[in-house]
Amino acid sequence: MSTQLRGSILPKWFAAALAMLSIGAALLIENTTNVSGIGGTTALAVVLYLVLQTAWSFTVEGRRHAVDRLFATLIYSSFVAAALPLATLIWQVVHKGIAQFNANFLSHSMRSVSPSKPGGGIYHALLGTLEQVGIATLIAVPIGILTAIYLVEYSRGGRLGKWISFFVDVMTGVPSIVAGLFIYTAFILTFGMERSGFAASLSLTILMMPVIVRATEEMLKIVPADLREASLALGIPQWKTILRIVLPTAIGGIITGVMLSVARVAGETAPLLLTTFLSQSINSNPFAGPQAAIPTFIWDQISSATPASLDRAWAGALTLILLIMIFYGTAKLIARYYAPKA
Amino acid sequence: MNQGLSDPRSSISGSAVRRGDQIFRLITVGSGILILALMTSIGIFLTWKAIPSFSHNSSNFFTESKWFPDQSTPIFGIAALAFGTFVAALIAMILAVPTGIGTALFITYYAPKKIAGAMAFFIDLLAAVPSIIFGLWGLQFLMPHMQGVAAWLDRYLGFIPIFQNRSDLYTKSLLIAGVVLAIMILPTISAISREVFNQVPRNHVEAALALGATRWEMVRMAVLPFGRPGIISASMLGLGRALGETIAVALILSAVFEVNIHISEPGGNTFAANIALKWNEAGPNGLSALIASGLVLFLITLAVNSIARGIIARRKDFSGA
Repeated sequence: MSTQLRGSILPKWFAAALAMLSIGAALLIENTTNVSGIGGTTALAVVLYLVLQTAWSFTVEGRRHAVDRLFATLIYSSFVAAALPLATLIWQVVHKGIAQFNANFLSHSMRSVSPSKPGGGIYHALLGTLEQVGIATLIAVPIGILTAIYLVEYSRGGRLGKWISFFVDVMTGVPSIVAGLFIYTAFILTFGMERSGFAASLSLTILMMPVIVRATEEMLKIVPADLREASLALGIPQWKTILRIVLPTAIGGIITGVMLSVARVAGETAPLLLTTFLSQSINSNPFAGPQAAIPTFIWDQISSATPASLDRAWAGALTLILLIMIFYGTAKLIARYYAPKA
Repeated sequence: MNQGLSDPRSSISGSAVRRGDQIFRLITVGSGILILALMTSIGIFLTWKAIPSFSHNSSNFFTESKWFPDQSTPIFGIAALAFGTFVAALIAMILAVPTGIGTALFITYYAPKKIAGAMAFFIDLLAAVPSIIFGLWGLQFLMPHMQGVAAWLDRYLGFIPIFQNRSDLYTKSLLIAGVVLAIMILPTISAISREVFNQVPRNHVEAALALGATRWEMVRMAVLPFGRPGIISASMLGLGRALGETIAVALILSAVFEVNIHISEPGGNTFAANIALKWNEAGPNGLSALIASGLVLFLITLAVNSIARGIIARRKDFSGA
């Protein structure tokens, strides 16, 4: 019997064989010509692999399968291309940041430390970031949650609600530097406020609010209507229903959303550069005087561009990443704690 | 209804409208209106504070590429800034859109189901990295590693003017800034595309496979057409982010106020990076000029985001994003 239901396919070992062949050929070409570096060799090997695989598959399996394999390889490589930068970034931050990262770094400021000398620390900036982000959260959370309540519980697709919803969406895309410009023009130029940690908090508020509104809205939408109706049917006023029934049901997701927005703004640099002055010393008062923050600390250390200050910049980056991971971790824990028990 | 029926009702429920409800509703409406007011006042304040610079400019704001707003006869314009912003964003889009879509396809249709979730999480982590850290990484790690690529482009594709490099310096260029921006907007594009790809009706996918389509043919005929609006709006949102990104770009570019089409040469500048770099050395007219350039950036991102949101809104089928 020679009739077959399926056409011939490439043997299982073809991928390994082709990969070895391509890498070998790429290495050979690298030695004879000068395509330089590991990046060049890898790129060459990938291209060789794609060509060889397509050619082989085309002759054995036909056009459709050759195209299928080509795109599968491209899609796999695009994931690798996306994951590679993150992997090197994490590796670099940990590898270069760990040198300076210690208890001394976390507990000292940069006061009277020369940019070119090692030593000094990030305490003043850590304090500034915690205060600025804390104040921003205190302002953004009530406004954000109340707006989301209006959108879900009251407006229900009304005209005003649609406008607010649209503007919240658009606000998500406002570049962070524009938020800084806005606070500067409105509060500092117009109302005569001084550049301070509080001004920075206000610009962070602008960036946090849309995220909180969106997260809260999504959470309120999935609270079952039965709960609301049951409460209203018992004669509970709507405001009490919202505050005592709807919000507590959604609180886990809302807190998660808030934590994610906190993590997002904790690393914002641009608005802080416009609304605060850099400081090397500890200033625990966000309402007066220059106040540092971790992102502006890193910016300052990079600008100094000495080996010692770059070490501090990497250590600062590690501190920032750890802080953000703490926020994310807390968000996950809260989400798990409040998750409905199935 | 007659009087006899409506009287008892009002005595049971008391007043038809409760005061608590009125107050609470007012508070929530107030918050919503506050957000509306904030958004509109961004535009108003920026415009108001930008106006003085226009009257003190002895050159054309839109076609001038020099930036000397604080000298006795101020000369400044956004030509170089606009050029740099769009070129860097364009490079970012060319790299990030296919990679982002590929990553989304990988996670939704190619990766083994068991590890797909972990991989999606890994890509989403990229979105959590602050831009200052991308800037530091781009400056200290990517820039030295990109020199070979730029030199290669110059050597073999140098006959195309944009890849030509006349300086033998391959650092601090728009090309590197574009690559960093691509990495920064990739999670945005990937996450939203992934969400749409997940909502492709199961039976479309299975019908394609049952008719003998290969996996790629299934993707091309069932997944991509369904996901097209999502892909477009995801790319637009990524574009918005790339246009407005400040710190990473400011760290990487060496601010030069000229239009230079040779993208691998040092130089280039963007709206946002220029504001961050010039802010603390600017005089009154300089600040006003920077605010004017910020206003232009605000309007551009506003337009890009509105179009993206418009495309999403037309497709109510999928939520979030």
